[in-house]
Amino acid sequence: MGALGYSTAEIWLIIVLLAVGTFALRFSFLAILGDRTLPPFLLRLLRYTPVAVIPGMVAPLVLWPAATGGETDPLRLAAAAASLLVGVATRNVVWAILAGAVVLVGGIWATGSL
Amino acid sequence: MTQITPPKAFRQGLRRSLPFVVIVVPFGTLFGVVASEAGFDLVQTMGFTALVIAGAAQFASLQMMQDHAPILMVLLAGLAVNMRMAMYSASLVPYLGKAPFWQRALAAYVLFDQSYAVSLERFEHEHEMTIPARMSFFMGVAVPISILWCGATAFGALVGSVIPSSMGLDFALPITFIALIGPMLKSLPHVTAAVVSVAGALALGWMPSGVGLLIAAGLAMLTGALVEQWSSKWAH
Repeated sequence: MGALGYSTAEIWLIIVLLAVGTFALRFSFLAILGDRTLPPFLLRLLRYTPVAVIPGMVAPLVLWPAATGGETDPLRLAAAAASLLVGVATRNVVWAILAGAVVLVGGIWATGSL
Repeated sequence: MTQITPPKAFRQGLRRSLPFVVIVVPFGTLFGVVASEAGFDLVQTMGFTALVIAGAAQFASLQMMQDHAPILMVLLAGLAVNMRMAMYSASLVPYLGKAPFWQRALAAYVLFDQSYAVSLERFEHEHEMTIPARMSFFMGVAVPISILWCGATAFGALVGSVIPSSMGLDFALPITFIALIGPMLKSLPHVTAAVVSVAGALALGWMPSGVGLLIAAGLAMLTGALVEQWSSKWAH
């Protein structure tokens, strides 16, 4: 079954290549490095990949959500802010997700909007 | 100090994995729900989750697919999020590097944030552990988390088609990403990297799908690494 405009073959291609690539990253140094170590600056760069990729990916989704046709939505901004604040304060991913979900779902019910 | 046996190390690892149940189960369920809402069938969703076993990367590539990005960009986004795994791999070499090849391969397959963080902390503080005991401890943490992750995804995929889409599910992915990032903003280099990432991605949003994000992410990584270097110099 295809999805999101990708054929079945394309979806499996994505899954398999992502799996192989992810395994290669995980096995990389455990497989080949033996007892040698990496240049410290390279390790330092790698340390920042999650905070370098995810915020940039999420910012346009928050500012111009697909559900409102790309128009900035105060409710989704509030849900995003709640999730960020609770995540920073509690350092807990699940509490942060719950905070965002409560604001969003509560807001949708209260305003009757999408 | 007496050396810990591998079976005992495995049981210790199992106990250390327990607190992560509260994160892995809802997070895995959410992936199942979002993937099935996106039109993935059960086999595709489970193949995705069992072969890749990397929550953030799975969500990232799914998000790129929602944006109908080219396949190359979908892969780059997922793998970019997983680049940190190479760092984990490198930092475990002093502790597991002399284990048999097949064991290292198996450990690599289930090397994720939780199994890495818990194990490294243990290995750094207990120098007397043998390599088989270290490997057993690592697998004790990783195996239950992997099984729960797959089970939770399956549960999410099965109930996902029942949840009405008007519940704001369109925003489940952005909320999840923000929730992942909040706890990571623990130092000045992390915060500056995140700010550069957001500013760069918004400024380069006119570029073809995914290209602006990759440039912004590269700049943000460099910023984080340089700020860390400078701030450690000031501290001395």
